[in-house]
Amino acid sequence: MTEPRLVEVRKNVLNKNDAVARALRERFHEAGVFVISLVSSPGSGKTAFLEKVLTVMQSRYRVGALVGDLATANDAARLARSQAPVKQITTGTLCHLEAAMVDSAIRDWNLSELDFLFIENVGNLVCPSSYDLGENLRLVLMSVTEGEDKPLKYPTIFNSADVALITKMDLAAAAEFNEEAAYQNIQAVRPGMRILNVSVRTEQGVSEFIAYLQQQRTSHVASIAQKNGLSS
Amino acid sequence: MHELSIAMSIVEIAQEEATRCGALEVIAVHLKLGALSGVMEDALRSSYEMAAYDTPLKNSELLVEQVPVKVYCATCCEEQSLPSIQDLACPQCGGPTPQVLSGREIEVFALEITQ
Repeated sequence: MTEPRLVEVRKNVLNKNDAVARALRERFHEAGVFVISLVSSPGSGKTAFLEKVLTVMQSRYRVGALVGDLATANDAARLARSQAPVKQITTGTLCHLEAAMVDSAIRDWNLSELDFLFIENVGNLVCPSSYDLGENLRLVLMSVTEGEDKPLKYPTIFNSADVALITKMDLAAAAEFNEEAAYQNIQAVRPGMRILNVSVRTEQGVSEFIAYLQQQRTSHVASIAQKNGLSS
Repeated sequence: MHELSIAMSIVEIAQEEATRCGALEVIAVHLKLGALSGVMEDALRSSYEMAAYDTPLKNSELLVEQVPVKVYCATCCEEQSLPSIQDLACPQCGGPTPQVLSGREIEVFALEITQ
């Protein structure tokens, strides 16, 4: 036996998840589907917002959704009312979705039949932040009833997301929601982050949100075409 | 709590590497943990004990090196280390620093072994 020695490893602990996520992202690119994930605390309105968005988008786009939940299929049943294809991922005791779960959930789906795929994560503001799901855009939702300091309490997940949605805006006055403070806190943990105010009940911000997704998808498709053009 | 699944991945990686370099025993696993990794060091330590139990890494120690968030400040044209993840602003000029260079890593960077 020799003296103890140090050997360099330099391996990313999440490399398996990241490899699956990279492969998913490539498949999404090839199929031309733009993928959006949603993260938030439990009860901030992910499912309600997504049901509304799917219902409105249905007439113009081909949309589908995956929804993660610890134990029930209630959310999938709610989303299925939109008539969009929906699949439940039951995570059991796992507090977040991983790329492999997305991979197996879409195994029998023909991705090229979709323009947009939504992935609703398990309600949790901590664990989902570290796991890449191959999405093109990550939304973090916070409702007006949750307190304006949510971003400061959970900076990692806000920093890992691309867009913040403030939900339940119809309750803003009743909850004495301080919009300026909320915006300031979001900008502190994720400078330059785009923020949209939405309400499912009054439909505030819903069409703006859909227009934003369409614009993101268009520029995404254009950037892929440009890349392919350069490499050919 | 996702620290247990992270700890299990650490044990798996360490075991693979230990086998690859013909280690007799793993004394310590050195881990770099970014301030924006979303992983709690304390929770990870206790999870590591559970994950390593009943494996050849049972007696190994998890040594965690905390990596602060490093950003690029476009105004100062400099890299800056941030004291807090609650305020992504340049400590020098106070301007916003959206460009994160490091601080998200969860990386097994070395093993201390006997051969």
